[in-house]
Amino acid sequence: MLTIKNLHASINGKEILRGIDLTVNAGEVHAIMGPNGSGKSTLSAVLTGNPLFTVTQGEVFFNGKNLLEMKPEDRSREGIFLSFQYPVEIPGVSMANFMRTAINAHRGYKGLEPISASDFLKLMREKKELVELDSKLASRSVNEGFSGGEKKRNEIFQMAMLEPKLSILDETDSGLDIDALRIVAEGVNKLKRDDNACVVITHYQRLLDYIKPDIVHVLYKGKIVRTAGAELALELEERGYEWIKQQVDEE
Amino acid sequence: MSTEKTYIELYQQFSHAIQKPCAPLLNAPRDAAMDAFIRMGFPSSSLEDYMYTDLSSAFAVDYGLNINRLSIPSSPNDVFRCDVPGITSWVYFVVNDSFYIAPHQPALPDGVIVCGLNEAAEKYPNLLKQYYNLLAPNNEVATVAFNTAFAQDGFFMYVPKGVTLAKPIQLVDIMRSDVDFMANSRNLIIIDEGAKAQFLECAHTADGVQFLSNRVTEVFVGENATFDYYSLENTHNKTTNIASLYLRQAASSNVLVNEIVLHNGLTRNDVKIDLQGEYCQTMLCGMAIGDKAEHIDNATLLVHAKPRCKSRELYKYVLDDSSVGAFTGKILVAKDAQKTEAMLTNRNLCVTPTAKMKTKPQLEIYADDVKCSHGATIGQLDETALFYMRTRGLSEADAKLLLMYAFMADVIENIRIDVLQDRIRNLVEKRFRGELSKCTGCVVCK
Repeated sequence: MLTIKNLHASINGKEILRGIDLTVNAGEVHAIMGPNGSGKSTLSAVLTGNPLFTVTQGEVFFNGKNLLEMKPEDRSREGIFLSFQYPVEIPGVSMANFMRTAINAHRGYKGLEPISASDFLKLMREKKELVELDSKLASRSVNEGFSGGEKKRNEIFQMAMLEPKLSILDETDSGLDIDALRIVAEGVNKLKRDDNACVVITHYQRLLDYIKPDIVHVLYKGKIVRTAGAELALELEERGYEWIKQQVDEE
Repeated sequence: MSTEKTYIELYQQFSHAIQKPCAPLLNAPRDAAMDAFIRMGFPSSSLEDYMYTDLSSAFAVDYGLNINRLSIPSSPNDVFRCDVPGITSWVYFVVNDSFYIAPHQPALPDGVIVCGLNEAAEKYPNLLKQYYNLLAPNNEVATVAFNTAFAQDGFFMYVPKGVTLAKPIQLVDIMRSDVDFMANSRNLIIIDEGAKAQFLECAHTADGVQFLSNRVTEVFVGENATFDYYSLENTHNKTTNIASLYLRQAASSNVLVNEIVLHNGLTRNDVKIDLQGEYCQTMLCGMAIGDKAEHIDNATLLVHAKPRCKSRELYKYVLDDSSVGAFTGKILVAKDAQKTEAMLTNRNLCVTPTAKMKTKPQLEIYADDVKCSHGATIGQLDETALFYMRTRGLSEADAKLLLMYAFMADVIENIRIDVLQDRIRNLVEKRFRGELSKCTGCVVCK
């Protein structure tokens, strides 16, 4: 589904990603862990086309298409979704209007007619329940005045609405209490299918208690330095990142 | 002074013709107003109040004036297609400066008068003489003096004590001419004690010539009265629209003014609201959407003359292409106006690097126990929000549209007529989508 080869990216001339290689197949859950500043969020930003970052080398293919040539909106329409670490507040734009415009953009891309008002309301209602968001959500401005937990649940709600092929969850556990974490994780698990995939970016093991990864990668200094099964996450939880840093710095 | 000279000579030469069709009340202040105009001349950008908008050059065009009151060879109903379908209102027209009543109007409530200003001045001189030309600052504002000197007709409305109008009064101003043309229409609105009325004025251009409309409106809102004044401009790019509103509020009155410029050429809106009684409430707001080389200048003055009044002012601009916006918002709190609450906000978006916005919020406070604030911002669309929206699949254009539209939402919410609010919302969205890049039915704007 996703193939990243030798990806280098920088911001303001400073190189953050220094040769990432990663393959994600349908049905898989990958966890990308790593110490602060290792490039985890940069990877998600580059994959979604954030204009602040410049790709200097390498290539990314998504279902056979060159992802790096696509505009952010087309990446979304092709099925990539990013759950933001810091969801953006958009005063004055209602969730309903935002989501309807998004869904219709996706439908238009596939050559489908815009969604009917009743189908849209039904869809909103159905997906809202998945993450236990309050019923007034539709009329509220996007993320405005939402608590930290609501913002993250709102991200998963949008993910449910758009049904992406590849979801990237960037530090979705940060700022969540244990109940919110459970709701978010259950939401993600319910959306899991054989034909989609998920990349979970996280600093801590905590979220991985709820979302079980098939493969765990450690990102350090802009490179994937270790790849193993779920047991790697447990080891990191126990021992921290220092031992990996030391090993890598020595290599 | 060559432009001025043309009009001064015109006034002197045709003084008799100007006065002939008019009631004595309209004629009485003309000479003094002309003297004031001669002293001031057309306002150029060398004056502080006009530093962002030079009006003198706008008058330099060789406009025709209809001093002899020739009738216009078309009916306003044929020319005008209503911009607010579904609105139930009493509809009137002022074509250039001549008053018309739309056909098949239901009767107005007892005592309510709506007619042409000149007709009112002839029929009800005792009423009008208490009000006409009372608020117009002829000695300070040249365009107002010019209007007072030349005005021959316009719109008049009187709502007597305690009467509530169940529907809005809609006045459609249409500029209509086969040659470059100027009109100096004059409006007078009196809302007596405890009366309630909503008034919507929209400005349109019907022909592809250059127009200059120099309109003065005086409004008196009595004690405990409630009055909404909405103005909507949708004129073509060859229009100069100078609209000056002078409104006085008596004690405990409640006034909402909302001035919306959707499409225009060069616009200068002056608003002065005088709070001359205690416990007045005032909401003054406006929006301007500019593109191409459109120019919109709103100059407002809110005078808190008496204690315990509350005012709120909110103006927003979205400027695209090389459009220019200017805003001056002054709040004056007199020495005796203790317990005043006044908030002034002006927020602006420049969508392109070539769009320009100039803003000047001002507070002048002489009382010592007041709550006043003012703030102005000029910015661009939020890039973080744009990216966030695009990652959900919205095109850049749709994302911008939603953001610009959201930016204007709180001004639109300050419309207390539901169908009008819906219509304005719809028009603003269309305008941002580029579907209103021409004013409705227009051939001029490219």
